[in-house]
Amino acid sequence: MYAYDELDRTLLNERVEEFRDQVKRRLSGELTEDEFKMLRLQNGVYLQLHAYMFRVAIPYGTLSSKQLRGLAHVARTYDRGYGHFTTRQNIQYNWIKLAELPDALASLAEVGIHSMQTSGNNTRNVTSDQWAGVAPGEIEDPRIWSELLRQYTTLHPEFSFLPRKFKFAITASAHDRAAIKIHDIGLRLHRNAQGEIGFEVLVGGGLGRTPFIAKTIRPFVHGRDLLSYVEAILRVYNQYGRRDNIYKARIKILVHELGVEKFAAEVEEEWRAMGESALTLDDGVIEEIRSRFSYPAYEKLPHMPEELKKAAQVPPFERWRRNSVFTHKVQGYSIVTISLKPVGAPPGDATAEQMDALADLADKYSFGEIRVGHEQNLALPHVAKRDLPALWKALDKLGLATPNVNLVSDIIACPGLDYCSLANARSIPIAQELTRRFANPDTAELIGRLHINISGCINACGHHHVGHIGILGVEKNGEEFYQITIGGRADEHAELGMLIGPAVPYGEVADVVEDIVEAYLALRERPDELFVDTVKRLGVEPFKERVYATR
Amino acid sequence: MPLVKNGKTATDIFVHVADGAQLPGDGAVLVSAARFLEDPEGMLKRAGKLGVIWPNNRDVDDLVPYLDRLAVVALVFPTFRDGRAYSQARLLRERYGYDGELRATGQVLRDQFMFMLRAGFDALEAKKQSDVEAFALTSKRYSVFYQPTGDGRLTALHRRMQQRHSESAR
Repeated sequence: MYAYDELDRTLLNERVEEFRDQVKRRLSGELTEDEFKMLRLQNGVYLQLHAYMFRVAIPYGTLSSKQLRGLAHVARTYDRGYGHFTTRQNIQYNWIKLAELPDALASLAEVGIHSMQTSGNNTRNVTSDQWAGVAPGEIEDPRIWSELLRQYTTLHPEFSFLPRKFKFAITASAHDRAAIKIHDIGLRLHRNAQGEIGFEVLVGGGLGRTPFIAKTIRPFVHGRDLLSYVEAILRVYNQYGRRDNIYKARIKILVHELGVEKFAAEVEEEWRAMGESALTLDDGVIEEIRSRFSYPAYEKLPHMPEELKKAAQVPPFERWRRNSVFTHKVQGYSIVTISLKPVGAPPGDATAEQMDALADLADKYSFGEIRVGHEQNLALPHVAKRDLPALWKALDKLGLATPNVNLVSDIIACPGLDYCSLANARSIPIAQELTRRFANPDTAELIGRLHINISGCINACGHHHVGHIGILGVEKNGEEFYQITIGGRADEHAELGMLIGPAVPYGEVADVVEDIVEAYLALRERPDELFVDTVKRLGVEPFKERVYATR
Repeated sequence: MPLVKNGKTATDIFVHVADGAQLPGDGAVLVSAARFLEDPEGMLKRAGKLGVIWPNNRDVDDLVPYLDRLAVVALVFPTFRDGRAYSQARLLRERYGYDGELRATGQVLRDQFMFMLRAGFDALEAKKQSDVEAFALTSKRYSVFYQPTGDGRLTALHRRMQQRHSESAR
């Protein structure tokens, strides 16, 4: 956990007071809606279909139990008793009142949480691996660097009015859980030949209407130069990114139009011109940030405790353990993913009661720490294996033990037309119907790893391009239609999915997905050939044939 | 337009001279970049102070050779959402060492004052009189800063390091 100090707290309180003043000036009419819009966006406040939506940052996906209770408090006091975890380690509230927002922000500030720059054309919440610090084989905890970047990008005097939004993601593991290749800047932490820590820097990834996988512009930037190199990228983008067309304003378009070599050369030139920069991080500074992360005092525990051996005889427990419990870097401990995808419910939602109860369980079983992943699930990062049976029972009572992590019903979906003013089609009911179709856990387990991602419009908040099966809502003659892609993925082998054919109407989407899954089961070479690998091997054709033969 | 200079309400002594209009023989004038670049040396020889309004879509490199002879560089915010002039301001101040008046013009609003001051602007042509009146309050709203810029304000990281050193010295 990163502990805020007096300076962090002061800045946060100053920000809350500034926003309170801005809301007051809007309510009195001193600020026009046009002037206010950017100010509220910079504080995570959107105007949606029915009300204001409020997006709160969970930097690099780490929460303390106290902070989770703070999020529950906001859900209960200022919203309708629940919150929605997003694909970028944020939580959204859908029914907030403008006049109450400053108080909601102030209550979050008390637990060191904020909504700064969770929307608007600025640098957004810095995201990372939800298993940071606990994943086996990780090179170093990427949150140290994430926090350095969080501070650097917060209220930046030069880069708060960029051409468009700008997102960072960092990973320090071979397996990328942070989806760095679909970010404006993706950072892969690794060591050079001298054993020094640095980053492969990728630029220009992003989804939306013109999806791109990020490209590497420098294989190694030394850790001490991370901020100056990032500043060079942002300066090039701030000056030369397009501002004439909102759909061409992301850095991916600049990189595409210049070509990645030319873009990299521009950055390099700017970086050299910066010379010895005040942004250079000496070891003391890095150590300062590192020292404010605290780590649990793990016990020496057996690999296979008695409690676990006994519980293995209980089939529902064993199913959950097989599905949701992952290897921790410390023997005797596990990482437990908490599915927020129960059958028939909107993906990523949690009630205030669930958040409070989970905070209690984190205190009891996970050193008071909770993680949030981009798949819209939560995790308890440090659970002693002997506690797994008791934890499972408690989670099950809360409806938080659905054993579908990484399976077909672990769906990523945006809020869609049920909430969002940009959407063309509904996302949530599609997801709900699919979870009902694949409710049988034996079937889901048989199918194996399969990510379905749903977006209600081309802005792609549900990351449909990188779903193993991607579903995109479009509007045709006033009706909801859905384009289906297959073969996308967001990890270290990131790829964009391929369209299988013409869009299908709302009522047929679940049938089509069932057809695709059945085709896969018939086509796979072995039970452990994943859906996405079968698609890679065979291409779209056999799936297309299956889906459109009868339509 | 009301002007705030070095933190105080000021009278603007510079006369904006439109392209093609006759330049007065003396007195302080502000001219466009295009006009200035037609005959920079000639213009700089003129009696009276000279300022240039530099557009936000042109590299400041072309202005650099003349910086030490200019009294004002005015950078432009066509709307407050367009942040290109922040980069230009920092380059002029921090890379090219410009130490004359650096003026923000265009849609200059209260809620951007702090960013502008940090980027190196020392003169703000505010859009609204009420924003000018709120300047003192607005410029003191923040006491903690995460990024080093040329304005000399200590960053949070720097203050933490100082604190550490003073603690370990005890």
